[in-house]
Amino acid sequence: MEQSNQTAQQTTTCFHCGENCNDKKIAHEDKFFCCTGCKMVYEILNQSELCTYYDLNQNPGIAQKIKVREDKFEFLDNVEITQKLISFTDGKQTQVSFYLPQMHCSSCLWLLENIQKINKGIISSRVNFTQKEAFIVFDNKSTSLRKVVETLTAIGYEPHISLQDVSKEKLKGGSRERLYKIGVSGFCFANIMMMSFPEYFSIGGYLEKEIGSALHYFIIVLSLPVLFYCASEFFVTAWKGVKNNFLNIDLPIALAIAITFFRSLYELISGTGSGYLDSMSGIVFFMLVGRLVQDRTYRSISFDRDFKSFFPIAVNVLRDGAFIPVAVEKITINDVIQIHANELIPVDAILSKGTAEIDYSFVSGESIPVATGIGEIVYAGGKQLGANIELIVVKEVSQSYLTNLWNKDVFKNEKQSVSVIHKLSKYFTAIVLLIGVTAALYWLSQGQTLLMWNALTTILIVACPCALLLSSTFTNGNILRILSKNKFYLRHPDVIEDLSKINHIVFDKTGTLTQSKKVKVSFEGVFLSNEQQYIIAALLEQSSHPLSKIIFQYLDLTPNEEIVSFRNVTGQGIEAWISDKHVKIGSAKFVKNSSITSSDSAGSSVFVKIDNDVLGVFRIKNNYRFGFAEVIKSLKSKFNLSVLSGDNDAEANYLQEVMGVDSELLFNQHPEEKLEYIQYLQNTKRRNVLMVGDGLNDAGALKQSNVGIALAESTNNFTPASDGILDAGQFPRLNQFIAFAKSGQHIIMASFVLSILYNIIGLYFAVQGTLSPLIAAILMPTSSLSIILITYGMSEYAGRKQGLQ
Amino acid sequence: MSIIILIAAASILIAGGFLIAFIWGVKDGQFDDDYSPPNRILFDDTIKSKIKK
Repeated sequence: MEQSNQTAQQTTTCFHCGENCNDKKIAHEDKFFCCTGCKMVYEILNQSELCTYYDLNQNPGIAQKIKVREDKFEFLDNVEITQKLISFTDGKQTQVSFYLPQMHCSSCLWLLENIQKINKGIISSRVNFTQKEAFIVFDNKSTSLRKVVETLTAIGYEPHISLQDVSKEKLKGGSRERLYKIGVSGFCFANIMMMSFPEYFSIGGYLEKEIGSALHYFIIVLSLPVLFYCASEFFVTAWKGVKNNFLNIDLPIALAIAITFFRSLYELISGTGSGYLDSMSGIVFFMLVGRLVQDRTYRSISFDRDFKSFFPIAVNVLRDGAFIPVAVEKITINDVIQIHANELIPVDAILSKGTAEIDYSFVSGESIPVATGIGEIVYAGGKQLGANIELIVVKEVSQSYLTNLWNKDVFKNEKQSVSVIHKLSKYFTAIVLLIGVTAALYWLSQGQTLLMWNALTTILIVACPCALLLSSTFTNGNILRILSKNKFYLRHPDVIEDLSKINHIVFDKTGTLTQSKKVKVSFEGVFLSNEQQYIIAALLEQSSHPLSKIIFQYLDLTPNEEIVSFRNVTGQGIEAWISDKHVKIGSAKFVKNSSITSSDSAGSSVFVKIDNDVLGVFRIKNNYRFGFAEVIKSLKSKFNLSVLSGDNDAEANYLQEVMGVDSELLFNQHPEEKLEYIQYLQNTKRRNVLMVGDGLNDAGALKQSNVGIALAESTNNFTPASDGILDAGQFPRLNQFIAFAKSGQHIIMASFVLSILYNIIGLYFAVQGTLSPLIAAILMPTSSLSIILITYGMSEYAGRKQGLQ
Repeated sequence: MSIIILIAAASILIAGGFLIAFIWGVKDGQFDDDYSPPNRILFDDTIKSKIKK
């Protein structure tokens, strides 16, 4: 009912994907679609009686405007390749898991688990939504891997198959291990607490002796798994730190846990006290929960993609007169390969057939595709935009330009930054140790040996910087959660701290400040009549030059004028006789016979002349991202800014105006030069650099900078290795994100001060040797819980203040 | 032996049962995906033949 009302309204949205389809809508029955692709998916689902898909959510589909080539998955008939993808097969049934990044709602879940209605050969399908994976079991007799993949593709869920998947190992153990530990420590904590209650409340020796000592043994047994299993990771990392001469926060924690345990053990066995084992297991429990909150991983997002994941898994290679799919790593020099439209070129090669129009924006940052003629070299990483081409391989995958870029040293060194909490914990521990020794010496000089041991050990127990650890883990955990809700995904909690120290921001231009796929065309000159427009379009249609195509698309006409004596001057322009008029389109030099004046060189300019009149000029400009000027304005006052571009300097004037006179703009930058510029800023100018980029050409710079953020139109898209992935739509909020990271550091400091207050209370009792287990049992949970609540509340408030939810 | 110790032992056993249930759940992958199961249970078993208007 609602649906039909909506279609009747002025804005028509596609029934399948919900995209606006006012200009070119396709009607089918009583529904409208934006493209034939969407309509086809609907028809398949309708035929298989799977239209519940549309009932569960409104317009749940994925736009199908870009069609998948029919024989794209031909390589899946190759047994050698399929074997790497399949998880299990017994010859009759095969199990396989696919990564489907398109999955986004319950409709997807429902459809993918009912996929056997479409392909009868599929026996069962199970979805793991968090990992965006589908586990499919199919019958080998009635279907094949290729057909299963094609079924998924037909309904709009094209599986993502790449080389990296093939060599990827599944990491599931880690998070489960932590859950086990939390479960065990929580269980032990609660039960030790319960067993300790009789002792705490039996003031005046009311508790019978046998009962008391029996409970003590329960407590000791329950504390063993906490020490040896749950707390093991603190000991392991502490030991690693000691071996590498690095004092990390885990060392004082491990020390405190060990001392607490042995002192409590002594007290309980000798019957001199009831020990602090409840406090110990409580601390371990809270710290483990904190780490779980902080170490949330985005399993569906990959931060470590290397060049391999950008490559296709197989290409068509000419063998014995026919093109057959061959795995990319098996390609050898002098092989003839076939590349289809919109496919990535995996190797450096020479064009042997067809006209290449290669989009290198991802590799070099050039915004305009490069037209390449036969005999010229094309580099790996470029994307063919035109029709099919054939190439002769000159370098294998492992030798190509792109791979070499990746083998630079920056990619081998892991960033080493010492977090502020480690530094703080160092001072904290040193001071507390000093207090401990002083107190011990004092009691020794008084001749109170028992009291001395008492004071020394309890001080060391209190010295545990667990409150500090809790404040940082819970603050960072909540910040990561808020950021990810706002589509800014960080790879590691330490990145928050690095982000808060940034004082210089470097932007890539193409694809980061500008939108890669969109260009703005404008015409300056006399008013063009309809007839003139058709004549221009007719001439442009003849040219395969990228700029011609852009203007042709901009005019959006279908001319049928006859073209006489067409001439194409490479790198200059085109001319012809159309409707008895002489038309010339091209550079200023070609059209006007004049040298280029300054005003003519802004952006890419294409001049038009009909007969003897220069009618005007088409200017093709990059389309800057929404909110670009505002972001820069808000950042300008706080940070030093730079722009690095692989593109030409056509828009230097405009950029300088927006960025301000102090900003450095560098054009025609190679990937290596970008990297060197970041190094220069860091080493010579001592800056903490944030790099924002999007393509492979920024990969080195992203890795070198203190924080590298990759901008992605969709988080499923390929992004180079980085510290964080920012959804392109959230780019205008960059300033807020940095401010939020800064306030996160303030929150950690504030809660640290609070935790010191608690420690002073604890120390007050400890130096006197009178820290009773009861005081510890009250102090510990109150301090932990209050710090958890305060850090959570404050980071939530800081997020709201920045307009983040 | 006092009854209190028996009660304490019994309570630990019961709590231990819940701990085992939790570990079992984690091992089974119940915490791996928190989106699919709550949605899956809402789906109808029989698939409707035509889209309703």
